[in-house]
Amino acid sequence: MKRLSKTSRANGLTYVMVVAAFVILQALSAGGGLSSTLQGQLVPICAYVVMALSLNLTVGILGELSLGHAGFMSVGAFAGTVAAVSLQAALPSAPVRLLVSMIVGAGCAAVAGFLIGIPVLRLNGDYLAIVTLAFGEIIKSIVNNLYIGMDGVGLHVSFLKNTMTLGEGGRMILNGPMGIPGIQKISTFTAGFLLILVALIIIFNLVNSRAGRAIMAIRDNRIAAESVGIGVTKYKMMAFVLSAALAGAAGTLFAQGQTAVIATKFDFNTSILILVFVVLGGLGRMWGSIIAAAALTILPEALRGFATYRMLVYAIVLILVMLATNNPMLKSFFARIIPKRKGASVDG
Amino acid sequence: MTFLNHLINGISLGSVYAIIALGYTMVYGIAKMLNFAHGDVIMVGAYVCFFASSSFGLPPILGVLLAMAVCTALGVVIERLAYKPLRQATSLAVLITAIGMSYFLQNAAQLLWTSNPKIFPTFFTVTDRETGAVKTGISLFEGQLNLSYASIVTIAACIVIMIALTLFTSKSKMGKAMRACSEDKAAAQLMGINVNTTISMTFAIGSCLAAIAGVLLCSSYPTLQPTTGSMPGIKAFTAAVFGGIGSIPGALLGGILLGVIEILAKAYLSTQLSDAIVFAVLIVVLLVKPAGLLGKLVREKV
Repeated sequence: MKRLSKTSRANGLTYVMVVAAFVILQALSAGGGLSSTLQGQLVPICAYVVMALSLNLTVGILGELSLGHAGFMSVGAFAGTVAAVSLQAALPSAPVRLLVSMIVGAGCAAVAGFLIGIPVLRLNGDYLAIVTLAFGEIIKSIVNNLYIGMDGVGLHVSFLKNTMTLGEGGRMILNGPMGIPGIQKISTFTAGFLLILVALIIIFNLVNSRAGRAIMAIRDNRIAAESVGIGVTKYKMMAFVLSAALAGAAGTLFAQGQTAVIATKFDFNTSILILVFVVLGGLGRMWGSIIAAAALTILPEALRGFATYRMLVYAIVLILVMLATNNPMLKSFFARIIPKRKGASVDG
Repeated sequence: MTFLNHLINGISLGSVYAIIALGYTMVYGIAKMLNFAHGDVIMVGAYVCFFASSSFGLPPILGVLLAMAVCTALGVVIERLAYKPLRQATSLAVLITAIGMSYFLQNAAQLLWTSNPKIFPTFFTVTDRETGAVKTGISLFEGQLNLSYASIVTIAACIVIMIALTLFTSKSKMGKAMRACSEDKAAAQLMGINVNTTISMTFAIGSCLAAIAGVLLCSSYPTLQPTTGSMPGIKAFTAAVFGGIGSIPGALLGGILLGVIEILAKAYLSTQLSDAIVFAVLIVVLLVKPAGLLGKLVREKV
């Protein structure tokens, strides 16, 4: 049998980890071993895991810092939910409707990613980061002032003020700052799990392809990559749009698991939260993103015992972890007390 | 006349942004890091001043001085504990630590002072000697042009700070050391400059300015909450980038332009979309001048 390369083995392990976690959680929840709060957290955890994977594609693989990733999640959440609500009669089957709305959400987010990518990807470093932040805020403001209603004729859209008069049997879907109330929760843990698998398959296949190597070459040295004939803008755009589409699908999954969504949920703080998952999990390491996203979504819930201090503890844990993993002195200290086993990272 | 009113309000808000942006831009210039906790230092400064005057009954000027002292100490302690151990780490790691620090300050404030909004007292009032009426501003041209004392003080403070800081960085020994460090840390160290002290000093000055900005901000917009600092923080950061990050005149220009655009957009275009308009202008400026208005574009060497 051909020996698998180190990367394919790590990728295989990531798949095994995700499937095992799914099976264990499914068994636990069937046996009643999960608390009801944790049960309610399963869909958001899946959504955040996909968000972390998608942002890791931008930050870890493409090497550009994005501070507005929640904007794409927002586009996906609202586009997907509007699609799901308006297709309620046409598609009675919930899984099919969820699939279609996710595709709509991902598509709309991809379009937004493309439009934003045109100006953003011309910039570098911190300037790119601030422009993505700006776009995140712009998307939030726009969605916050968007009104969408539906009646027998079709969808009606108005901006800033609700000027529409709906026909017989019409209803408002998106109501500006009030968001979308009364969503049918059609997202399931299984759907979230499948979305994580799809995201992993897409990202791993991209990374191991010719395009993926070109993208990583741009990350490591843009000038060198350009000089060997790699079209920098094309590959940057490819990674960025893909990342936006995945974020859109995650947004749809998230919104469909809530009873109501509002635009201000997807603000700068959410973007930062996802960035924290990615950096804590390790740049370019997909399994790290998965674990960090899951652990940090559960952590505030797990700390609910001392409710008033939980966010404070969260902040301290965050700072201490960053110090412990990045300070050369502390790093060598940990290396001494936890001796590295030979080849520990390879066999596992 | 209403336009002039809006313009003055815009310049006043912009002056606050400019003072906050100075903290971002100086720290970025020297430590090459985005100090996300800066916005929350503003909030701490405002709270200290609030309690100094409302609970201990100190006169406003003492309250401001106390806030400046507390924030300066806070800035130096934050730098020592959280950022200094990460001097050699990647910029992303430092960024996340700064975000963690920002969460920490916000939540600590929430525990200490609860999330109930406090109404910041109006400091800048003048009591009419004859009638005994308390005035918060002067009106000119038969009431058509209203200047609040808070705006006047804010704009004046901004001008004074700018002049003082420009003199400090160009004339004093420490200021020269700062510029040397921002140019090349290793070379500065070889010239006998203590880089660590210089960085601490930068944080001290930035945080001290943040305290002033906090008091000025809350004098014009008097709701004080643990999250008060975060949005002005983001806006000021935007202003620093707008003017060219690392440049002190850039922070002034960026801050004032941002404030004016925000107030004018609110007045003439749309209240709900004012933030979106501010950010859209930023994007357009960065596309035309990728290093900001007054930033130096560093040529890449191959």
